[in-house]
Amino acid sequence: MAEPRRRSGIRGNEAAAGWLFVAPAVLILGLFLVLPIGMALWVSVSGWNGQGSPFAAGVPYVGADNYAELFLDDGLTRENFMISLRNNLYYVAVAVPAQTLLALALALVVNQRFLKATSFFRTAFYFPSVTSSVAISVVFLFLFANSGAVNALLAMVGISGPAWFADPRGLLHLILDGLGLVDLTAPPAALTGGGPFGLSWWEWLAGPSVAMSTIIMLVVWTTSGTFMLIFLAALQDVPVQVEEASLIDGANAWQRVRHVTLPMVKPALFLVITLGLIGTWQVFDQIYVMSQGKPANTTLTPAYLSYRTAFTDFSYGTGAAISFVLFLIIVVMTLLQRWIMRDRDEPRPRRRWWPRRRSTP
Amino acid sequence: MGRAVLRAIAALCLLAPAACGGTPGPVPQRAGPATLQVLIGSSGAAETRAVTDAAAAWSAASGNQVTVIPAQDLDQQLGQAFAGSSPPDVFYVDAARFADFASVGALEPYAEQLPGAGDFYGTLRQAFTYQGRFYCAPKDFATLALQVNEDLWAKAGLSAADVPRDWVQLAAVAERIAATGVTPLVLGDTQERIGAFLVQAGGWLISPDGTRATADSPQNLTALRYVQQLLRAGLARYPSALDTGWAGEAFGRGLAAMTIEGNWIRGALAGDYPGIRYTVHALPTGPAGPGTLSFTTCWGISARTPYRAQAVAFVEAMTAVDQQLAFASAYGVMPSVTTARDRYLQASPGDRAFLDGADHAQGPVNAPRMGNVLSDFDTQLQRLTVADPQAILRRLQRNMTAALRG
Repeated sequence: MAEPRRRSGIRGNEAAAGWLFVAPAVLILGLFLVLPIGMALWVSVSGWNGQGSPFAAGVPYVGADNYAELFLDDGLTRENFMISLRNNLYYVAVAVPAQTLLALALALVVNQRFLKATSFFRTAFYFPSVTSSVAISVVFLFLFANSGAVNALLAMVGISGPAWFADPRGLLHLILDGLGLVDLTAPPAALTGGGPFGLSWWEWLAGPSVAMSTIIMLVVWTTSGTFMLIFLAALQDVPVQVEEASLIDGANAWQRVRHVTLPMVKPALFLVITLGLIGTWQVFDQIYVMSQGKPANTTLTPAYLSYRTAFTDFSYGTGAAISFVLFLIIVVMTLLQRWIMRDRDEPRPRRRWWPRRRSTP
Repeated sequence: MGRAVLRAIAALCLLAPAACGGTPGPVPQRAGPATLQVLIGSSGAAETRAVTDAAAAWSAASGNQVTVIPAQDLDQQLGQAFAGSSPPDVFYVDAARFADFASVGALEPYAEQLPGAGDFYGTLRQAFTYQGRFYCAPKDFATLALQVNEDLWAKAGLSAADVPRDWVQLAAVAERIAATGVTPLVLGDTQERIGAFLVQAGGWLISPDGTRATADSPQNLTALRYVQQLLRAGLARYPSALDTGWAGEAFGRGLAAMTIEGNWIRGALAGDYPGIRYTVHALPTGPAGPGTLSFTTCWGISARTPYRAQAVAFVEAMTAVDQQLAFASAYGVMPSVTTARDRYLQASPGDRAFLDGADHAQGPVNAPRMGNVLSDFDTQLQRLTVADPQAILRRLQRNMTAALRG
């Protein structure tokens, strides 16, 4: 039996009408999404210097030169890019789990039926998410100033707080130093000798700097409210009967969360982690307002570096290349995450659009 | 799929030709009354008002239309305007960014033909010279000088005669101030402040014609070692170590007895810390004599303006002696021409130290693609207390050489 042609049938001539109806959406997406992406892609392989249109006749095509500068050529551009990748990697590694766990915990608490004033807490936890990130960043600048509220609190319990936004020391370095494994002033030669992409292993293993960790705290605090709402919506979809059934089966509180609630909110968990990954890789506002990459480039992120490279150094090609690398990183991370979080309990049949053909032996 | 996307882009290019086209080449000039767009990176309301008034007066006298637009973020707005092929006719260009603009052909090199071209201070002319051509007329300038807090000075038992004249005296005076428990000197942690020490030691980062990196020199090493010594002994501190955003804030709050800042500190202190009593002196001389840094902005004229002649006439009016003196009294800058010197000093005798700096001032690095390199140098300078000055200079030399190669 031959495969039926997809466009045959009595509804075949409705295609034209269909295209007509989606035309406004296609046009808008094309004009504001596909076209700019295409233009940026061209800029990333061109030597455009920002004068006149990038599509004018004189703009040279440089192939993968801008990308090579980021990965292969030993120089300041590659070093800054690698430092920004390192910073953002640690930032993602700390911020995403922290904000996901915090949001889940908040949602579990707010979802309790015995809790009074649920709506108050819901609003309170959500508040940071609806406030302007610039305003929050400025407030955090005051909180974490050398003589600010945070250091005053620490001083009350006898801790002399660091100069938060001026401290470029990496947390991993500080921990290793504290354990007596390495000496910060004289790092081990085995690590400083070399490393991938022109950055020594010692630099790669720095961890988020003290300055970066304040930005991580800020982001975790502001985003967990939004993600709490997503979890809350998912939790409210969990049927009460399932929970009661597990109670009858004698599951304790932890077992109920681990084996009943979590599997049922897994789609929400996937959404939260995906949104978290995308948001944290693209961090820009907080950096722009609070630190501009300082101190010692430890809060430099690819998104901010891309902006700086294009608009203050007039290297629009390199700036565009950075943003495309960032785009690829986000896509790869999301795919990886999808693969890790796939359902493994039962092998599901692949989703199909076409009718199944029975093979008769 | 790929072909469909290309087809879509092509189709959209037909809809939005401005996004996909654009024509380079010489711009036909138009005579007669012009409409000039002037984009300024204003320091505040006073400057915006002064420039708008001056432009209106010129407009009325010459019959041209002038629109003054104060920019929120000058660099970004200019970048967008150039990319969109619709740059303003006249705009501010900071000396530190000048070479970037000149190297991509965005600027009209009109300044060498100005009748008063020789009247500008030499250091300012050099700041706006790229590949041997003097591009644009400096609108005003500032230099670094030493500010001394009178009260803290007296508290340390020092008199006016003790104001340090050279590096040795600076260190000695600092020791005496430190003994009273006050930070002697607060110093900005960037090359825009520490660079003055390089000049005093006889060094600088780049050759005068802006083609060769000269960072890794014994003179520069002497300077960095001296600053490092001050920092290590606690005789100088960076603003961040005093929990302040910039040196002027630390100085205004009375946290340090001395600082090294430019003319802008006058306005900042008068606005935020009106109670402070201070005097301004020339920077201490180094092993190679006096030296300071100059900061300046020019009136850039777009290479793509159809009103070149009218724009030049506008700039001539804005840089005339009387006009510059009016600007000076309106928002506290120093005129960029030597013929205005005496009259300016009569009006503001306290600024002699700033103005005299012009004679031995070094302008910013006048080569393109240096933004990244110099911000990396700043990053290294922030760690100067623990870092090796020789390594810092070698690194800078390598990065500058690479950037100069293009």
